Amino acid sequence: MSAHDATAVETHHSPTKKLFLWVWFWLLVLTGVEVLLAYLRLEPHLMLILLIGLSLIKSALIVAYFMHLRFEKLGLFLIVVPTLVFCLTMILIFVFPDSLRIVRMHP
Amino acid sequence: MAELDIDAIAGSSWEGGVAPFATNTKKLGMWLFLLSDSLTFSTAILAYAYVRLSSSNWPRPFEISPAIVNATFLTFILLSSSLTMVMAVAAAHRNEIKRAVIYILLTAIGGIAFVVLHLMEWFRLFNEGVTPWANKWGDPLFGGTFFGLTGLHMLHVSIGVIYLCIIAFGFGRRKFNADHVEVSGLYWHFVDLVWMFIFPMVYLMSVNLKG
Repeated sequence: MSAHDATAVETHHSPTKKLFLWVWFWLLVLTGVEVLLAYLRLEPHLMLILLIGLSLIKSALIVAYFMHLRFEKLGLFLIVVPTLVFCLTMILIFVFPDSLRIVRMHP
Repeated sequence: MAELDIDAIAGSSWEGGVAPFATNTKKLGMWLFLLSDSLTFSTAILAYAYVRLSSSNWPRPFEISPAIVNATFLTFILLSSSLTMVMAVAAAHRNEIKRAVIYILLTAIGGIAFVVLHLMEWFRLFNEGVTPWANKWGDPLFGGTFFGLTGLHMLHVSIGVIYLCIIAFGFGRRKFNADHVEVSGLYWHFVDLVWMFIFPMVYLMSVNLKG
């Protein structure tokens, strides 16, 4: 039983070339949308929120398909992504209130 | 399906001798390194956001042409090199050694093109008098954050090119196996991923609003 497990673990489901081409195409489309937003010269706050949202979608596409994380065991995802989210949340909580306080102190 | 797999893994890992993440140690090690490296970049980008928020005269100097057009082309190069890298990994797993080596080298050429074009942009800015400690538009920290962030990323691309050349050489001579190629691919995609944040935050958020 355990010997069979060890070999079954090595062969994992692999995505096809067509899927990679689609992911690449959508990454280019989302980049195009970002450049279009810059061309339209939107108001900075709205622009920042849209750009961060689009960047998160693009990085999720890269991590899930190019870096193959979607096809790995759930355990690998669980040690990488929640850890990163936790650390970034802690940094944001402790740094940004201070930065915004300085904004209000400007004459 | 997923639940069943986890049960099987969790049940057997206590007996020892089974990989709990169903990968080899190289891949797990690379993922942990990328986790720490993403924190390095995150803190650099957050520091940039901090000084930008607390500055009263932060410049927005980039015109659509040439700065944004050039940066968009750099994005295209990096995304395409990621595509050739996944093709290399797929070919390596199918044991097509020659094809895999060609794809890895194409990826490395993309990386070299990125570094060369990016350095040309840097020297254009140097000629305009933009340095890490001074510029003619406003807050001198603009140069510090711009060259700091893009420089840290460019360092990663340069190291990635060297890494890929070593992998291509070793895989071509059958000293490395497909797992080594896959792990180098993880690093390369990560460098691409970081640019997906630097491009909008550093370039697109600094488009000249008056132009």
